[in-house]
Amino acid sequence: MSDELLEVRNVSLAFGGVRALSDVSFDVRRREVRAIIGPNGAGKSSMLNVLNGVYHPQQGTIRFENLEFSNMDPHRAAALGIARTFQNIALFKGMTVLDNIMTGRNLKMRCNFLQQALWLGAARREELEHRRAVEEIIDFLEIQHIRRTPVGRLPYGLQKRVELGRALAAEPKVLLLDEPMAGMNLEEKRDMCRFVLDVNDQFGTTLVLIEHDMGVVMDISDRVLVLDYGRKIADGSPQEVRADQKVIDAYLGVAHGA
Amino acid sequence: MDTFPKLLMRHALERGARPAIREKDRGIWQTWTWRQFADEVRLLAAALAAEGFKRGDHLALIGDNRPRIYAGVCAAQCLGGIPVPLYQDAAAAEMSFPIQNAEIAYALAEDQEQVDKLLEIQPQCPSLRRIYYDDPRGLRHYDQPQLMSYEKLLDLGRAFVARSPGLVDEEIAKGRGGDTAAMFFTSGTTGAPKGVVLTNHALIDRSRAVAELERLGEEDVVLAFMPPAWIGQNIFSYAQPMVAGYCICCPESPETVVNDMREIAPTYYFAPPRVFEALLTQVSVRMEDAGALKRWLYKYFMAVAKRVGTRLLEGQKVSLLERLKYALGDLVVYGPLRNVLGMSKVRIAYTGGEAIGPDLFSFYRSLGINLKQLYGSTETSVFVCVQPDGQAKADTVGPAVAGVELGFTPQRELLIRSPGLFKEYYKNPEATREAKDAEGWFHTGDAGYVDRDGHLRIIDRAKDVGKLADGTLFAPKYLENKLKFFPYIKEAVAFGAGRDRVGAFVNIDMDAVSNWAEKRNLAYSGYTDLAQSDAVYELVAGCIAQANADLAREPELAGSQIHRFLILHKELDADDGELTRTRKVRRRFIGEKYGSLVEALYDDRETVHVEAQVRYEDGRTGTFSADLKIRDAKTFAAAAAKSAA
Repeated sequence: MSDELLEVRNVSLAFGGVRALSDVSFDVRRREVRAIIGPNGAGKSSMLNVLNGVYHPQQGTIRFENLEFSNMDPHRAAALGIARTFQNIALFKGMTVLDNIMTGRNLKMRCNFLQQALWLGAARREELEHRRAVEEIIDFLEIQHIRRTPVGRLPYGLQKRVELGRALAAEPKVLLLDEPMAGMNLEEKRDMCRFVLDVNDQFGTTLVLIEHDMGVVMDISDRVLVLDYGRKIADGSPQEVRADQKVIDAYLGVAHGA
Repeated sequence: MDTFPKLLMRHALERGARPAIREKDRGIWQTWTWRQFADEVRLLAAALAAEGFKRGDHLALIGDNRPRIYAGVCAAQCLGGIPVPLYQDAAAAEMSFPIQNAEIAYALAEDQEQVDKLLEIQPQCPSLRRIYYDDPRGLRHYDQPQLMSYEKLLDLGRAFVARSPGLVDEEIAKGRGGDTAAMFFTSGTTGAPKGVVLTNHALIDRSRAVAELERLGEEDVVLAFMPPAWIGQNIFSYAQPMVAGYCICCPESPETVVNDMREIAPTYYFAPPRVFEALLTQVSVRMEDAGALKRWLYKYFMAVAKRVGTRLLEGQKVSLLERLKYALGDLVVYGPLRNVLGMSKVRIAYTGGEAIGPDLFSFYRSLGINLKQLYGSTETSVFVCVQPDGQAKADTVGPAVAGVELGFTPQRELLIRSPGLFKEYYKNPEATREAKDAEGWFHTGDAGYVDRDGHLRIIDRAKDVGKLADGTLFAPKYLENKLKFFPYIKEAVAFGAGRDRVGAFVNIDMDAVSNWAEKRNLAYSGYTDLAQSDAVYELVAGCIAQANADLAREPELAGSQIHRFLILHKELDADDGELTRTRKVRRRFIGEKYGSLVEALYDDRETVHVEAQVRYEDGRTGTFSADLKIRDAKTFAAAAAKSAA
């Protein structure tokens, strides 16, 4: 099997006259931590949304393993093993941590509605199996103490962790993380970095993440893709990207098009 | 049965199918029976033997309460080795002394965090050859040759058993009561820590004396949630269960203790006063948030409990009406509250290690929880004095346990002779001679006396009892405890030896004070901001005035009322060396570190500038500066109080 798990070729995405992505190509290798960075409005979140099928690009193709698509759709992405977390947390606030993570197992549940309602043997066995998987994640993320707490009562940093937990519950091949450390304090960031690296290491999950904290990006990613105004301006190891003049310009600002 | 491994093997025979250890893992309580535990210990001992661990070798154990850590303790003992539990929350540098001191070659660590610390100090600790770890998480890419997982270690054990099947049992049989069973490093309020060497005989004798006194049996259950390196936890979750055959339960994580306690409902409970304090603070905070009816019920019935609860527990006479009220209270308040605290089934609860506030003490007793005090230390295998049922007084620690003799020096320093005394301080004959005299008396360093009922009363550390410039008695810990008994005050440090009056530093209790502030719509941006607000200063001044009023009533201590105080900008922290690992205030260290603040207590300044280095958990440092306010406290004339009394 090829080393590339995911390949994006010449993708362009426009909303009316606004070009969110122009002719972007990059690949994601199996088991790597791939960061996407760029100034505000560079098209980072749009790129993730293309990857999991929320946005449909007008041009270009996406190849996942051996399947090629002109566009994804969210159901197919989930079924293929692409999970994500959101920039602004999208959890069920009134439900407990346990239940929220359990929803991540949704696609893995095989019993039908009737079986579950009657709590038949198969449904029961299945529930136990899923609960075990969820408990593994709770243990992994060290959130045993809030297992039964409604998510809405948790501080922000923990909610982020729960969201990661729910994404992990789907046992994804690729995990898309949209600003996993945004709004966190230093300690929460450090914890999150550790979890992200552990996910990559322990479950062998491939990670694609958007992050603004350059220290974090340079520390944990294997390769970095840099977008600016919807265009790819650099792609390479953190060291290469850091030294790239175009990246420096994009971040520090020069007179564009002058 | 003179050693722990022999006791374990007997339990495996006599009550093999009963639970020995439970651990909550993946949300479910997993049980190890005595037979399983004994098998695990045997196998682990074989594994250690395969690794070259011999009689007299030390095994460092670093981790939270986990069955495998306790298995490690016993496995080392099986081979005649000496387990040395170390505090799992200690910084790496703090671990190097014990390891160097005992030239420890083998260590069993709980997880990556502990392994990292051991690897960090290894250059200074060349003796450390083997590090075993329980939880492999995050350790997959570690390729240091000295590292080995617990699973792999057990594989070595299996191979070893196949080669020489009888060896472990032979080694167990060779063990004698006089052999060293364990070594505990004292937290060291002053100077380097000392390794306290305890024999099988000492630990078993003391455990047995109290097990008999309290009729502990296999039906009892204990939740192990304090650090295993603390002698108290070790006695309650290792030595005593080995004697009495009861089951210990390991919580899922430190954050889940309250919940796990509720699920397990232990019958036997031991915690230092600060744990009881934290629980009470939680209850108070939650009650303040409750609805009006609940608040009224709580207030009303707690007043009833205060009047009669303790008397009922002591078996004294109480009128029928009061009894009825108490019974009703038990139904609607005390019972549910005990349940929330996880103390529904507690038969015996102990507290010790520090003085407990009288209000705090009687709060639990009035709820019908049989909370009692005990006195002891690492050097005495804990049990020196224990309050018998029905005779628990707030200001004493009870009469001597069977087998213990108490004595006093002319300076009122407490002396102890007991079968539970330590053998020596490891490699420190000088300190041993200082602490244990030729006649076998252990000099505790505590000042106290025995009251009319034969109960021991401790006032303070003998060396800390000082005098103000005019010769007035100054017992700093006594004052600090008085302040700490207020819910809003977390820690206090009193100064005054050789000075003309007493001044104090105060740490607010963030939980209680932030809740108080919220109720009053006080805005604040963080700990320092809240601590330095005028309203909080008034709040604390009120507490100190109350403490002073109390002191004014005690003729000997009236002169040591607190005249001036300031609230510190940060919480005193063991990581900064300001508290010991058991959270005792290191007064001298604090006095030196904050010398300028102490001086400011004794001049007329209204504020003092402080610039401090703060050390984060990961070892990095930063600086911090603030202006701290200093305020006078209200004092009371001793004479007036005397005439009133």
